[in-house]
Amino acid sequence: MAKKLMKGNEALAEAAIRAGVKGYFGYPITPQSELLEYLSRELPQRGGAFLQAESEVAAINMVYGAAGAGERVMTSTSSPGFSLMQEGISYIACAELPCLLVNVMRGGPGLGTIQPSQGDYFQAVKGGGHGDYKLPVLAPNSVQEMAEFVYDGFDLADKYRNPVLILSDGALGQMMEAVEFPDYDIEAHKVDHSEWATRGRRKGHDHNVLTSLYIQPDKMEAINQHLQEKYQLIEAREVRFETIMTEDADFLLVAFGLSSRVAHKSVEMAREKGYKIGLLRPVTLFPFPSEILFQLAGQVRGMLVIEMNTGQMVEDVRLAVRGKVPVQFYGRQGGMIPQPDAILHEIEKYYTQRLAVEVD
Amino acid sequence: MTEELIIAGFGGQGVLSMGMTLAYAGMIEDNQIVWMPSYGPEMRGGTANCVVVISDDKISSPIINTFDTAIILNQPSMDKFESGVKPGGNLLYEANNIINPPTREDISIYDIPANLEALKLNNAKTMNMIMLGAFLALRPVVTIESILEALKKVLPERHHHLIPVNEQALRRGMELTGQTTTV
Repeated sequence: MAKKLMKGNEALAEAAIRAGVKGYFGYPITPQSELLEYLSRELPQRGGAFLQAESEVAAINMVYGAAGAGERVMTSTSSPGFSLMQEGISYIACAELPCLLVNVMRGGPGLGTIQPSQGDYFQAVKGGGHGDYKLPVLAPNSVQEMAEFVYDGFDLADKYRNPVLILSDGALGQMMEAVEFPDYDIEAHKVDHSEWATRGRRKGHDHNVLTSLYIQPDKMEAINQHLQEKYQLIEAREVRFETIMTEDADFLLVAFGLSSRVAHKSVEMAREKGYKIGLLRPVTLFPFPSEILFQLAGQVRGMLVIEMNTGQMVEDVRLAVRGKVPVQFYGRQGGMIPQPDAILHEIEKYYTQRLAVEVD
Repeated sequence: MTEELIIAGFGGQGVLSMGMTLAYAGMIEDNQIVWMPSYGPEMRGGTANCVVVISDDKISSPIINTFDTAIILNQPSMDKFESGVKPGGNLLYEANNIINPPTREDISIYDIPANLEALKLNNAKTMNMIMLGAFLALRPVVTIESILEALKKVLPERHHHLIPVNEQALRRGMELTGQTTTV
């Protein structure tokens, strides 16, 4: 199939249509508005419903309702809007409804800035709303993946009856790269939701009930335990990561999303100087690739985590390596992006200094 | 082959579309490409820029702060990006829009009278294609044919009648780098 030159936001929107999205509910916010704009134009002509809600709170609750009817539905927003959606997401997670969520992150806290950021990592991977729940979180780092992860996201959501989050950022949303849409047979991927979907009573069955309210504590505890079992299954089965030049590495960068692209460049620059640097890029942020990090901790002398925040994923990296090696952090905030030479400078701070000590 | 390029100027000078056309042409020729625009407060402040990377290899970072080539269309962009050109790289600037010419001695500098030449073509908006032509004369990363093919995709159909004048502008631009002095 022919390649197209598209913005990340547009590629994601086009992929959603090709994945058979039946309903989109959202509210415009920079830097993800192209996604909404694209779907408002295309989706009604191609078999789906587009609805601009009056707010993000309304949008996520429309997703709740439409997902409850067993339809393939989604929403998208950017950081402040994603905060507004948290209550609804918690409800959807508890009611175990499949849907796709997209957060094209911008700088915070507060209303912040419209420039790219990764400041919502904690919110994305630790739940975000109230109560014990998790979302599988996919972190694309190219326009191609902005498209591909939509298909994966919908399929994961169906497979586990759980909301799935694509965690992107303003730069990935705005930039253009060549994208090739994979073949995807909507019918072949269709999952029968009639066992739980609220689409009217079927003959010979009780009516289906979807709720996130269980007033008896023993019932609520059972729900919690059931959810935890599901999340453990996801952790066992769905971890995804990418390794770049890790085979002979004695020092490791760890970065996700846009940061991983910049870190990759820094690795190339470092290799030219003869430093044996590798990069581990978590593709799923939940489940987190802890095991490979623990393994690599036995091979490298240190790790440096690069993020567009003040240090969030670095906590999960430290948990994963369990003190085996020092884990350093370098980040930019508020819409600023780490530059390749700045990362190289950080590498040299830890890498060459350590080498010098050893040579002495 | 990897070309890391920044194009920077005022909004309305065709900065983003010049970059997009080049990126599209790169894709037509089966190269890896990335086009990263400035957006938000930078644009709203009146300046616009985009980074374009064209490579026959996988492109690691869309975020770069050193460039093989800078195409500069106004003074604020000159002040900001002159220092980012890699030693040995190229800096092309639109002569009429620059008050303080660049001073670096370790790069090749070309002042292109693109505004003037665009006026001679009776279409001031072709200034960006003259600059692009000049760039392609120095760094033939894609062919003119691919650029023309790309213009068909980038320009809305109602503007396709302007493709011939854009072609003239590209070809005129290609002639201009030879005539200017390299500092």
